[in-house]
Amino acid sequence: MFSRAYKATVTLPPVIWVTVFLLTPYALMFCYSFWSVSATQTIVHSWSFDNYAQLLRVEVYWQTLLRSMWIAARVTIFSLLLGYPLAYFLSFHARNKKDLLYQMVIIPLWVSYLVRAYAWKTILGSDGVLNTLLQYVHLTSHPLEFLLYSPFAVVLTLTHIYTPFAFLPIYAALEHIPRNLVEASHDLGATPGQTFWRVIFPLSIPGVVAGATFAFVLSLGDFLAPLLLGGPSGIMISNVVVSLFGAAYNWPLGAAISFCMLLLVVGLLFFSERLEKKWSFS
Amino acid sequence: MSGTRLVQRTRWLLFHTAAVFAFLYLPIAVLILYSFNGEGVGGFPPHHLTLDWYRVLFADGAIWDSVLNSLQVALAAMVISLCFGVPAALALERAQFPGKALFRRLVLLPLILPGIITGLSLLMLFNVMRTKLSLMTIILGHGTALISVATTEVFAGLQKLDRAQEEASLDLGANYWQTFWRITVPNLKLPIIGAALLIFTLSMDEIAVSFFLIGRDNTLPLEIWGRLRRGITPEINAVSTIIFVFSLVAIVFWYRLRVRSEGRAEAVAEIVTAMEGDAA
Repeated sequence: MFSRAYKATVTLPPVIWVTVFLLTPYALMFCYSFWSVSATQTIVHSWSFDNYAQLLRVEVYWQTLLRSMWIAARVTIFSLLLGYPLAYFLSFHARNKKDLLYQMVIIPLWVSYLVRAYAWKTILGSDGVLNTLLQYVHLTSHPLEFLLYSPFAVVLTLTHIYTPFAFLPIYAALEHIPRNLVEASHDLGATPGQTFWRVIFPLSIPGVVAGATFAFVLSLGDFLAPLLLGGPSGIMISNVVVSLFGAAYNWPLGAAISFCMLLLVVGLLFFSERLEKKWSFS
Repeated sequence: MSGTRLVQRTRWLLFHTAAVFAFLYLPIAVLILYSFNGEGVGGFPPHHLTLDWYRVLFADGAIWDSVLNSLQVALAAMVISLCFGVPAALALERAQFPGKALFRRLVLLPLILPGIITGLSLLMLFNVMRTKLSLMTIILGHGTALISVATTEVFAGLQKLDRAQEEASLDLGANYWQTFWRITVPNLKLPIIGAALLIFTLSMDEIAVSFFLIGRDNTLPLEIWGRLRRGITPEINAVSTIIFVFSLVAIVFWYRLRVRSEGRAEAVAEIVTAMEGDAA
């Protein structure tokens, strides 16, 4: 029903824009990752695998990447542990309070990411709210120093930020479960536990996979929370990239790490897409 | 089925839910409370409740300059994202062209990709093109990254749209341009307004992409970031509290406006389904 001209008009402008401002930059990042920096701090446009070889050779890059993945994995697990029962409660037990509670999960998303990370900093600091509260009620006599500038602070803050992101797709998946399946399970004599594990949970897996992907990928690439709350032991891979693009001035090496992250993320998306397809029931 | 066990289970769930809400709201409560604290951002119990920090804030020119910059960026990014995101949704739903699958993935990628990758790749582009970093480069960055939001929202709207009206319009002699403005757009009013609001708020809050594309003028998040590094005062709590209140007003406004589009929440859910490949 739509003419060729119509299709071309709606297709060409976004395709061109996306090619110029998304595809080209990614391709450029790929090119940069093979270049190098000369002694006079200019980019040398000669092609070699040196940057990637350096990533494999220098331990600190590997360790930081592994630490980032471990932090992201913990954030993912905690977000799911917090988000899943919350989604389940809202979907199956909240009755007429459903809409209100749902909005209440969303509202914290409207407070700036940066501001919430900052709020945690003021809570966890050595003269922060939590430490002074603990001393005020005489539970501790000295400030607990491990609270701030540690991987703990980063995991806590990122869990806070990504729990709603994990919640949303799980909730959507639970809401899409036909309620008569649950009733049928009860009628056929299954206990609530059996109904949950054999009917509800399997049907919610696509939502869990989507939520986990969001939480993992977004926290893996985070660099502001580690800068603000992580201290030296909470440095993540993106912080290394930031310093390579800043003070260390080695864009090509930074581009190589970024490109590896891009591949990792795209690979994860592909993998989670397969998983979701496998488990979706429609 | 044993009733007491069910009650116990529900009670446990209720407790869990309350705990998660406490966790989600604790920093926000602390943030707001300490914006009135005369003694600074830490320390329990809060002392000397005061409005001084708000007075400091209103006299602070740099913050308000950055707010103006952020508003400009958000409005311009909104225009770019809609101008390219709405046609992109139409193209994905109605046209077949080589590379369509790749195009769909590329458009949606910035949503899930950590901002640092989007920001850095654009930085390299601007560097190669010898473009000076400014608010303009941030606008291009936000505008490009947020096309994804416009596309997912409008695409979802299109799928619920009855094509018969457009068909009738074309049969009755209207051209495509007239049909688009008089039939398609009015029918997509809600997704478009929803997308616009979402893009606006996301852009106002964005920092990871802006971090790399910033020139001389700061956006509000970057201004706050700069201050955090220099030492923290409740003035930041005060400006955050004000923005939070404005956001709440926007949510209520949106909620009233909404009939079927469920805002940010559904946007995320729709993004997920879109990434699963339903858009193909």
